[in-house]
Amino acid sequence: MCNVCGCGTGSVEGHSHHHDHGSGHHHHDHDHGHGHHHHHHHGDIHFGQGLAGVEVPGMTQERLIEIETDILAKNDRYADANRAILADREILTLNLVSSPGSGKTTLLCKTIEALGDQPLAVIEGDQQTANDADRIRATGAKAVQVNTGKGCHLDGHMVGHAMEHLQLANNSFLFIENVGNLVCPAGFDLGEDAKVAILSVTEGEDKPLKYPDMFTASRLALLNKVDLAPYCDVDLALYEENLRRVNPGIEIIRVSARTGEGMDVWLQWLRDRLAQKAKPEAAE
Amino acid sequence: MHEMSLCEGIRNVIEDQARAHAITRVKSVRVEIGRFSGVEKDALSFAFDVVMRGSVAEGARLEMIDLPGRAMCYDCIHEVEIENRLDPCPDCGGGKLMPVGGDEMRIKDLEVV
Repeated sequence: MCNVCGCGTGSVEGHSHHHDHGSGHHHHDHDHGHGHHHHHHHGDIHFGQGLAGVEVPGMTQERLIEIETDILAKNDRYADANRAILADREILTLNLVSSPGSGKTTLLCKTIEALGDQPLAVIEGDQQTANDADRIRATGAKAVQVNTGKGCHLDGHMVGHAMEHLQLANNSFLFIENVGNLVCPAGFDLGEDAKVAILSVTEGEDKPLKYPDMFTASRLALLNKVDLAPYCDVDLALYEENLRRVNPGIEIIRVSARTGEGMDVWLQWLRDRLAQKAKPEAAE
Repeated sequence: MHEMSLCEGIRNVIEDQARAHAITRVKSVRVEIGRFSGVEKDALSFAFDVVMRGSVAEGARLEMIDLPGRAMCYDCIHEVEIENRLDPCPDCGGGKLMPVGGDEMRIKDLEVV
């Protein structure tokens, strides 16, 4: 297939053709004979779909199939299936997103310890290693590691399988620690109730402006490592201002997983959301 | 961002359609890409060519239709069109804008043989 002119496999039937685009960098043969149709009538222009960008108004044997489907429709179906299971079982599911090194896993370990005997489970996403799941399991919590290999994000399908590996308790928490990446995970619904962005004070106040999509998609931002703020010359108010600039509705909690500052507010947020997740009693 | 994954999504949709409509070859694919979708169009175009190899859409032309970015201004409560994610409100100059459109990544139609 030709990337330059877009002529593509099978665009010429039964004979080979050679293009020279000047640099001589490519040359291809189409000497196969499988069926296709091309037209030299009705104003159709055989090679008009490449660089020149010539539109072909008349379509003859071709058909136009209306699709109007989201590109990520398949992911969304998996995510919807996850969401239905999680809703039915009253499992509050949070998709934790951040850049690498923001302190997600440490914050999660401390959160698990603070939640005590509250049933919960964790899905850990990383490109490689089971280090994070090992750290979570060391707290006594159930965890499954998903290695995405080269993937830059978790998707609904991976999370559905991971859920099968965890014996999820009804009315519990499911934390999904996404791959550390402030770009790609924003676009992939996993079936979660909310995305929680974790942003550490060492990352720079303009992080939300540089990666607005993730912070726009998040309901809550945890501004982590606030204990380091005095050593980093950072302006915490500016962090919050920038977060609200990209997402006027975002909730923000300042925390330090290390010192425990703000953890009570975060834990209360979790308990309140879990209570909201409970289905109304069988009245209806 | 993840243009390769997006193209795998496009390929899945095309293969479903190919089975349903007995399509042997796709000539072109039209996709609508919102201003704020985060899609890098050059990367999408490159990944498309690679991912479609071996499918009915091998060699198909990818046509991208831009959709504008739309946002709700929390200051004047107008829905406005903005060029860039961090632009101020064109009506009141306010800076608190929540995107309400422009994140589309949709396959519009296929031209098939």
